[in-house]
Amino acid sequence: MFDKEEMKKIKQSKKKWENNVVQKTLERFPERKDKFITGSGKEVEHLYTPVNLEESDHNKDLNFPGQYPYTRGVQPTMYRGRFWTMRQYAGFGTAEESNKRYKYLLDQGQTGLSVAFDLPTQIGYDSDNDMSLGEVGKVGVAIDSLKDMEMLFDGIPLDKVSTSMTINAPAPVLLAMYIAVAEKQGVAPKKLKGTIQNDVLKEYIARGTYIFPPVPSMRLITNIFEFCFKEMSLWNTISISGYHIREAGATAVQEVAFTLADGIAYVDAAIKIGLKVDDFAPRLSFFFNAHNDLLEEVAKFRAARRLWAKIMKERFEAKNKKSLMLRFHTQTAGCTLTAQQPDNNITRVTIQALAAVLGGTQSLHTNSRDEALALPAEDSVRIALRTQQVLAYESGVTETVDPLAGSYYVETLTNEIEKKAFEYIEKIDKLGGVTQAIEKGFIQQEIQNSAYQYQKDIEESKRIVVGVNKFKIKEGSPKGLLKVNPEVGRRQVGELKKLKEERDNHKVKENLKLLEKAAKTDANLMPLILNCVKSYATLGEICDVLRSIFGEYKESVKL
Amino acid sequence: MEGKKIRVLIAKPGLDGHDRGAKVVARALRDAGMEVIYTGLRQTPEQIVETAIQEDVDVIGMSILSGAHTHLFPKAMELLKENNIKDIIVIGGGVIPEEDIPKLKKIGIAEIFTPGTDTRDIIKFIKEKVK
Repeated sequence: MFDKEEMKKIKQSKKKWENNVVQKTLERFPERKDKFITGSGKEVEHLYTPVNLEESDHNKDLNFPGQYPYTRGVQPTMYRGRFWTMRQYAGFGTAEESNKRYKYLLDQGQTGLSVAFDLPTQIGYDSDNDMSLGEVGKVGVAIDSLKDMEMLFDGIPLDKVSTSMTINAPAPVLLAMYIAVAEKQGVAPKKLKGTIQNDVLKEYIARGTYIFPPVPSMRLITNIFEFCFKEMSLWNTISISGYHIREAGATAVQEVAFTLADGIAYVDAAIKIGLKVDDFAPRLSFFFNAHNDLLEEVAKFRAARRLWAKIMKERFEAKNKKSLMLRFHTQTAGCTLTAQQPDNNITRVTIQALAAVLGGTQSLHTNSRDEALALPAEDSVRIALRTQQVLAYESGVTETVDPLAGSYYVETLTNEIEKKAFEYIEKIDKLGGVTQAIEKGFIQQEIQNSAYQYQKDIEESKRIVVGVNKFKIKEGSPKGLLKVNPEVGRRQVGELKKLKEERDNHKVKENLKLLEKAAKTDANLMPLILNCVKSYATLGEICDVLRSIFGEYKESVKL
Repeated sequence: MEGKKIRVLIAKPGLDGHDRGAKVVARALRDAGMEVIYTGLRQTPEQIVETAIQEDVDVIGMSILSGAHTHLFPKAMELLKENNIKDIIVIGGGVIPEEDIPKLKKIGIAEIFTPGTDTRDIIKFIKEKVK
């Protein structure tokens, strides 16, 4: 970005400045630490200058927003056109209670829904399964059948809102239920807007709600790609997630690397079943974490966008511009929230949300201050949403596109994160791809090492967490925490019993049989699952059929 | 106690997949010279108690972040009692509301370590209890 003569001059004057001015200052006032590191452990130089960007090329590396390689954003006008979607992940207890929370959030100016399911739902168990004991309605809403889903979206017009569903292993079942509810509202599938997470690889790596082994899981995922290409052209068919990988302890570089490596595996799988890259790639979406190290995080988002564009263009020869664009949702980092002095978390979330906005996110969830203690209470959720609104309407950072571009530090970090992430992807390729790397425990171990290092840094006070290892105070018990109604489990089981008495059990049996037959072939299972849910077959019944054909995944544990 | 290493079972009961804390604690205990067995995810209380007996551990550490501790911790304690096991020290960790802690201690859980705990405090606690 600078001509050779100019670069030479800058280098000379920098050297002079370092030797004369800086050296003298250091002799009198040594720096605070021997070594400065970013939030994810990368060493930071004391000053960044054009010298760090000697190799950079404006049009090739940055270009303009909405143009390859999309470093500066996927849309030409970004937030000058429209703000990001403010989307708070929510759900707890019964469908009825969650429905109330959604209506509250929409009333407060939230612009999209994001459904949290409880663990039994995420693992394909009905509420009356032995494994569900104590878990029903705890971390999300309990959904056993279409009946619950009808209640969940009661009075919410599905042609007006966009909905994100955090569901992975049983994604086809919940997507089918959503389609069925919409149909009852008179809304056709092709009008539905939203995202299904549908990313099982990161479940094996970091999140843990897997059901089936990799091969049938990849089949279900690509079944959704194919079905949506034909029937739901506005729907994001997957949300390839780095969020949970980062929460498990990964660094910023690892988050980008492992997420994009997962993305590569999904593209490969879809091509393998005969889909054309430009038919499904425009509907792939991503999901990242936003941590405290503001500038490193901004660089991370920019690096991820550039690297994905290159991968899609060079590796997969995608032609459609939309196939090259990495569109993403961001959630602030749950693992940075402290149980100590929880109100400080509001500040952390603000910094993290700012990083996501400066990084050009398409949608955002801001965590609530009390989430290290319990599910968030209503007033905490409101503050979290207000944080986004303050950023959008008051901070001014939305008035121009990619405002940190050209910062020597941010551009250097962007280059470095991209380079290091690419090296990881090459390593994973050598191991035979992501599935192999997971089976060998490589990815999990890399993450565990980072997590352990992070903890040690805190304990040795190399890393300061305000209120935890510095600036501690004596605190009383936190007040006003949300409690999930302990009756949820019993109520859910009662409703399930009633449902099984009321529905046409003959029809259910017939549809499940058809699904079983199809599961043994190569057929796309989406239409069959849709028939099952419409006859009020339960999530557990459908997943049991698939378990009997596909088997279950067993994790390989290495410490 | 010279020569005999403290044996610890780190377990993830229930359906919760958050295992960062469990794995970090497992490693810290191992680095502190203990023998650590980690169960992996989705263990029933029955499986945990069975493993604890088979592996002849001194300590069981259970981690839950989903809120299911109110069901699963007491279940595991009951099973230990049924098997007439009194010498295993049980500790817990995760997102556990303060008001639940006295109830858990009452049924015999020695200590609950919540987010922000220094692993050295856990190590110290175990070393003092296992004599």
